[in-house]
Amino acid sequence: MTASTAPSPDTDVTRGEPLLRVTNLTKHFPIRRGLLQRTVGAVQAVDGLNFEVAKGETLSLVGESGCGKTTTGRMLTRLIEPTDGLLEFEGKDVTHSSMRALRPLRRDVQMIFQDPYGSLNPRHTVGTIVGAPFKLQNIKTEKGIKRSVQDLLELVGLSPEHYNRYPHEFSGGQRQRIGIARSLALRPKLIVADEPVSALDVSIQAQVINLLEDLQDEFDLTYVVIAHDLSVVRHMSDRVAVMYLGKLVEIADRDELYTRPMHPYTTALMSAVPVPDTNRRTKRERIRLTGDVPSPINPPPACRFNTRCWKAQEVCRTVEPPLVAMAPGHQVACHFPENPDGAPAEPALLDTPRTRADDAPATREDDPTA
Amino acid sequence: MSQPSPSPSSPAGPPSGSSADGTPAENAPAEKRSRRRREAPPSTGLDGIGGLGAAAPDTFLSVRDLRVHFPTDDGVVKSVDGISFDLARGKTLGIVGESGSGKSVTSMSIMGLHKPGTVTMTGSIRLGSEELIGAGSETVRELRGKRMAMIFQDPLSAMHPFYTVGHQIVEAYKMHNDVSTSVAKKHAVEMLDRVGIPQASSRVDDYPHQFSGGMRQRAMIAMALSCDPDLLIADEPTTALDVTVQAQILDLIRDLQSEFNSAVIIITHDLGVVAELSDDIMVMYAGRAVEYATAADVFERPEHPYTWGLLSSMPRLDRARTDRLRPIPGSPPSLINVPSGCPFHPRCAYADRTGGLSQSQRPPLDEKAPGHYAACHLTPEQRTEIWENDIRPTL
Repeated sequence: MTASTAPSPDTDVTRGEPLLRVTNLTKHFPIRRGLLQRTVGAVQAVDGLNFEVAKGETLSLVGESGCGKTTTGRMLTRLIEPTDGLLEFEGKDVTHSSMRALRPLRRDVQMIFQDPYGSLNPRHTVGTIVGAPFKLQNIKTEKGIKRSVQDLLELVGLSPEHYNRYPHEFSGGQRQRIGIARSLALRPKLIVADEPVSALDVSIQAQVINLLEDLQDEFDLTYVVIAHDLSVVRHMSDRVAVMYLGKLVEIADRDELYTRPMHPYTTALMSAVPVPDTNRRTKRERIRLTGDVPSPINPPPACRFNTRCWKAQEVCRTVEPPLVAMAPGHQVACHFPENPDGAPAEPALLDTPRTRADDAPATREDDPTA
Repeated sequence: MSQPSPSPSSPAGPPSGSSADGTPAENAPAEKRSRRRREAPPSTGLDGIGGLGAAAPDTFLSVRDLRVHFPTDDGVVKSVDGISFDLARGKTLGIVGESGSGKSVTSMSIMGLHKPGTVTMTGSIRLGSEELIGAGSETVRELRGKRMAMIFQDPLSAMHPFYTVGHQIVEAYKMHNDVSTSVAKKHAVEMLDRVGIPQASSRVDDYPHQFSGGMRQRAMIAMALSCDPDLLIADEPTTALDVTVQAQILDLIRDLQSEFNSAVIIITHDLGVVAELSDDIMVMYAGRAVEYATAADVFERPEHPYTWGLLSSMPRLDRARTDRLRPIPGSPPSLINVPSGCPFHPRCAYADRTGGLSQSQRPPLDEKAPGHYAACHLTPEQRTEIWENDIRPTL
């Protein structure tokens, strides 16, 4: 899509200048109980993330609900303050900056929200909504705010005449376009898009995805996309980070991840995606994960996936696997990765259905920890 | 898939009726009036279906020319405007469409869940030997739960937060079976266990909020199946769930179906989900069926431009990545002002190839291939050509 579609598969550090760097990023929400509101525990929403986002690339965060991807997105935009760790934007530490100090950052980092119904004030006109960033940042545009807003509306595929309408007059896809126009108003460098298309119908989804890609090309934007739909993620991203229960379990270039997923969770996630092909229904053997994601209040020790993993051994319950590079540009946190080095890059979901006999012991489905 | 002939043979019905109104705006009311007297037993065929339309012997649910219209201040909302289908026991019908295409309204009509007085329903819905349209609310209430049950999209709002999960299953079971509470409770535990809830005997006393999303959906399936219904309608059963949990629930529905041999209607916007479960698929657009065929046919030889559009606009994991998606332009029409002719024509890239027919005449849902129905004015040659040259290579 952009300049970074074919990044050098070196280690992450060499892929151009990082726009955003996250070191050991952590967010624990305290649980308070009793009269004195003593802290009795914490929801460990995000625990020790390390990654970088290069300029012009699209990094996707995927995972199931409760894995901390939205919390991460909100920390990246500094809508919430990290508990621990370091968040650097263009080399500047913004982890604990005050609201006032964040003002300039807000121009550069914007967010697109998931719910196109909840993220637009129903009492404001489209003009007010999209023009708000200019007013808040005290920006004078050459042609006046109204004209700029109308240009923005046109840019995202709405009519400039929609300026005086209210959000309820628009469909979901159009509302999402309004949200996108608002996020573009200040010409940001980084846009964090939290499930930008998941609330939209299939045909509209494709329109919005294409729009986001066009805008990226036009304005040289960097995206962090938070999504749960693996096919959408594959389409949009240059790199993909898979999260599970607040931890990063795997991060790799898109093609690498989709053809050679290494973490068992990633493999399971991919095999669970329903594919619009009736032939596959009979041929494909699916990895069936049992049970639900454990509670982040009391996550399993060591590898957090060990309660649902069919490969889990004693070491998985005692030693936490570090996130290490197992292949160029491919970091995994697992003691027993799938498709380890040397294995042919076997297309996980491409046309040949995958035989899972080699790494799929029959015991998988009656996982005792279910 | 295995039983294409009986079910798709039937939808020949509605097209003849619906196609009759070349100018729907004018003729529709008259036609509706004539329909309102639901005089004919449906199996005789409302639209001259004749022998074909008489439901096949193993048909369990048979819907003929169902129209569900809601009068509002702004005009009549034609949520469902003439759809027909058949469903046999042990079979699954997938209904696919975008929001506002009438999928959910259809299922609510079958369940008799529309508030009386707010809706005009015509046509016929036969469940076994019972006609549901026009049946008294007590009759439908008897059937609901016992013979047909529904799984809703959002289990948190579909379950009562004030009562325990067990209580709600017991209530449903006792309503239809003359048993004591303790027997019913035992049954509830069995059902929860069957749908895979761990420690069912203690979880039965939990409240819905104590369950996770996937477990709640399981509990709702347990509730729906507690009276062993012959027809199970699942309205977006996995939309609110994560992908790994979705896979579990889809497997569960499939297993339970083969165990109970029930007929299942699965309503979803996700083509992947229907591909996993369905024998037959009906694609709906603006309250009408635009394509109705076996699942394999819909995915391998789709005949309708809207289906093509749906297939091209979704990114797919099982194909090489394309640089750009090919969305369907525009957005779904208002159901008050459905476009004239083919309701899809304003968004259809091929509408200008029909010599104005698409703009002026509503296309009948014709049998384009054996057991494969589509409502489109394009000629077979045009469709083959477009599919082979434009669509298929890009999928």
